[in-house]
Amino acid sequence: MKKSVLSLIVVAMLAGCSTTPTQQAPIVDNSAADAARAAATKMAADKAAADKAAAEAAALEQARLASQVNPLTDPNNMLSKRSVYFDFDKYVVKSEFTPLVEAHAAYLTSHKDAKVILQGNTDDRGSREYNLALGQRRADAVRKALNLLSVPEAQMEAVSFGEEKPKATGNDEAAFAQNRRADIVYQGE
Amino acid sequence: MFSMSSIKRAVSLLLLCLPLVTQAAMTIEIIGGAASKIPVAISPFAGAGLAYQTITDVVAADLARTGELNLINVADLTPPITDPGDPRFGVAQQRGAEAIVLGQVNVLPNGQIEVKFRLMDAVKKTQLAGYSYTTDVKQLRLVGHKIADVVYEKLIGVPGVFSTHIAYVLKQGKRYELQVVDADGQNGQSVLKSTEPLISPAWSPDGSKLAYVSFEDKKPVVYVQNMLNGSRRILANFKGSNSAPAWSPDGTQLALVLTRDNSGSQLYVMNADGGGLKRLTFGGGIDTEPAWSPDGKSILFTSDRGGSPQVYQMPAAGGSAQRMTFDGSYNVSPSWSPDGKRFAFVQRSEGRFRIAVQDIATGQVQVLTNTNLDESPSFAANGKMIVYATEINGRGVLAAVSSDGRTQVRLSDRAGDMREPSWGR
Repeated sequence: MKKSVLSLIVVAMLAGCSTTPTQQAPIVDNSAADAARAAATKMAADKAAADKAAAEAAALEQARLASQVNPLTDPNNMLSKRSVYFDFDKYVVKSEFTPLVEAHAAYLTSHKDAKVILQGNTDDRGSREYNLALGQRRADAVRKALNLLSVPEAQMEAVSFGEEKPKATGNDEAAFAQNRRADIVYQGE
Repeated sequence: MFSMSSIKRAVSLLLLCLPLVTQAAMTIEIIGGAASKIPVAISPFAGAGLAYQTITDVVAADLARTGELNLINVADLTPPITDPGDPRFGVAQQRGAEAIVLGQVNVLPNGQIEVKFRLMDAVKKTQLAGYSYTTDVKQLRLVGHKIADVVYEKLIGVPGVFSTHIAYVLKQGKRYELQVVDADGQNGQSVLKSTEPLISPAWSPDGSKLAYVSFEDKKPVVYVQNMLNGSRRILANFKGSNSAPAWSPDGTQLALVLTRDNSGSQLYVMNADGGGLKRLTFGGGIDTEPAWSPDGKSILFTSDRGGSPQVYQMPAAGGSAQRMTFDGSYNVSPSWSPDGKRFAFVQRSEGRFRIAVQDIATGQVQVLTNTNLDESPSFAANGKMIVYATEINGRGVLAAVSSDGRTQVRLSDRAGDMREPSWGR
């Protein structure tokens, strides 16, 4: 774009120069200069139009990509991973989930308008209210880990589903392990 | 502990009741009973067609379910005895009855039904109680419960709870219902339906309101619903989780669990109108399941402050807590007895979750149930029975056990999973 503007100016200057000495050099063929100027102008205009169309297409494509590949849902992006699993009777975020927590912390600190709900869960053994409190402890563990990575409390809410919304309903250790979990859910999802 | 013949009688009573019971798809099973039962005969209420059958069956089933009364059959005497002057009156005594219930049902000209009954000493032939009720057909079961209440109180010396209600949560597939049933498990009414979980219903002391936790806003929020007009409002929807509502005995305050201060699940109290929030516990761990003592002075709750979930007691006005349970590593869900002398709770032992009671003064613990997955015990207003949730064949059912452990009753409903019972007035 810049280049074509410059070349257009050069052509104009040349054309101007050629017209100044008209009295001394009447033999100068103005028609050729006019034709060259017209051609240059047309070329520049065509190029500008083409460049504008290309830029518009690129912007459209970018917008299309942006709408299609949300980093929060892109399976190739760590941000699409939302579940932190806990060991039996344990309420610390295990090191294997550090990259996940760090990715969400980075996203939240760079997107101040984004908010997350952290949902804690438990297996179904024992008192429902006590399990609600245990699920809360898991949600709080993720909240604290994010807060340590500079995510403000105002962007987070830790809540518990206790044993009420099991991901797995079996009565074995595999199912129990699936339900010892905290999920990161973005507002509006 | 109990005689085989008493079990047989209880079973035959169950069969007698079945044709009526099918309308609500709920059956009652009675296991065991008191060591010495008072023998009482219930003469079939004479009068208006099917109506008397309902009354007689309700009274008989209520009294049998306590495990404290032994029903003497006089149904074979036709027409039924209605008057102490009847020459057959002595038959009940000959069959072992110490008391006999005589009743009559009349349809009044305005369509209302008059129910009269007398409780007679079968030996002395003196009247122990006598009442008359005028009602419409829809209230016949309630009249039966009221009659059973009178008979029970006269014979046992403690008010009956047959005309009280139990609230519980019914789960069918992915649908949840808050239901209120009569104390016999019949006459169920849905007071709330939701596609999200409901837990922890709690009756206000006067029985006019239910507090509960609903997940309809994608998080636990405490609601209070008026049982008289069906209206409801949010009591607590603070940031984080809101749960475990428990009424003060005067109904002016509720204890509940909030996480709003980012320091774990903690106990708070607030006024029933939603104002006056005050924090009660200040640990960083789990304090939950508050239960207000009948005298209003203290609160029992579950806490993991000692490393495992145990029952603690603290002043309702705030202050330091005292550990109450010591047997085993999992003692939760305390429920006060109405006299404030004991509490029921869930104890895990050898992988089984069972209902136990602890005497507050002595610390003595008695395990009451013999099932494996018992939850949420709740005392009846007279302190005689405890309703709880358990699992039979993979399905949630409601059961009740006498507070001495001798009588166990199952309230079962084929329709779905029943859980979270709360016994009200």
